[in-house]
Amino acid sequence: MSGETERLIGRLAAAAEPVRRLRPPLLRAALWLTSVAALLSVAILLFADLHVFAVRAASRKLDIELAGTLLTGILAVIAAFELSLPDRSRAWALLPLPTLALWILASGYSCWRHWLAYGPDGWVIGESANCFRFIIGVSVPLAVSLIVLLRRARPLAPVRVAAMGGLGVAAIAAFALQFFHPFDVTFMDLGVHAAAVTIVVAAVAGAERAAERRRERAR
Amino acid sequence: MEAAQDGDRAAYERLLRDIVPFLRAVVRPQHSAPDRIEEVVQEVLLTIHRVRHTYDPARPIRPWLAAIARRRSIDLLRRRARTAAHEVFDDTAYETFADPGANRSLEVSAATEGLGEAIAGLTPPQREAIELLKLKELSLAEASSLSGKSIAALKVNVHRAIKALRQRLNGGER
Repeated sequence: MSGETERLIGRLAAAAEPVRRLRPPLLRAALWLTSVAALLSVAILLFADLHVFAVRAASRKLDIELAGTLLTGILAVIAAFELSLPDRSRAWALLPLPTLALWILASGYSCWRHWLAYGPDGWVIGESANCFRFIIGVSVPLAVSLIVLLRRARPLAPVRVAAMGGLGVAAIAAFALQFFHPFDVTFMDLGVHAAAVTIVVAAVAGAERAAERRRERAR
Repeated sequence: MEAAQDGDRAAYERLLRDIVPFLRAVVRPQHSAPDRIEEVVQEVLLTIHRVRHTYDPARPIRPWLAAIARRRSIDLLRRRARTAAHEVFDDTAYETFADPGANRSLEVSAATEGLGEAIAGLTPPQREAIELLKLKELSLAEASSLSGKSIAALKVNVHRAIKALRQRLNGGER
């Protein structure tokens, strides 16, 4: 062993304060998801028009779409917590993909129906701008709290972890949106939702990459 | 590791010492030079120190260590490639200074190179005269006895040689 390595080990050992072990990732994900669920439930009960939602929820298609969105959110958050640890498989990143596909297919089907009904006249921004603001507005505070928790693991691949967390947060925001959305998803909507989700994922991952670069330069 | 997480410094030091050969084996395939391997191992040790709270004592430690070592090793390779892509190697750059005096040795050696070529192009008697009288700085008498030529002949050859060199070095201006 070289003398330098030897000295480094001595220094590290001398600086070894007791540390608090992280709790299991599944438990940490569950705690975060539970608090978010509680917050969103209160917001939905207070502000959403549940009567309209009940009518719409009668359709099997919306149920599939809702399930796809919610499951994508939950699974992506779990995957992010797993990926933040050094010894977990990278395959965790695949976890939310099937439900993501389900979500895209279900809303794609809505769009197609909307196209059949309205044709090209359906291409209006209209309410979609509000959806966009809603997804971004809900995502930002959720993303901040999630990233703070994920960073406690000092992930070795922070950008991947942040992108996964961003997907989870955006999916949860899109799920909550359905309660404030008095109509089926149009193709304009789908584009807007996809753009909002992409922006959230890219922003969270980009911020994390910038932070990583800063840390690297500081070293 | 469990004891180290609870703050047992002796156990931690023992652990770090014991894992160094394992870390070295993990990073060796990616780096060739021994001092590079040592550098990577040190980076890995620093990272292990920083993330030691993420180790779950219920799980085996080797995959945890190996994952950190591989990841840091790749990070360092990338960082090195990035640095290499932004830097050029130019050996004269190291010898060019803002102070003109500091560059003299470089300029002198460049000038001597030209002079050497010019001397090589002289006739043999002229070259011999220049080498003995000017480069070795012998006296006329010494040069005469060494070369077996008369002092007058040496004087003439040196004079002609200097004229020829001056012409050659100034590109035939004078």
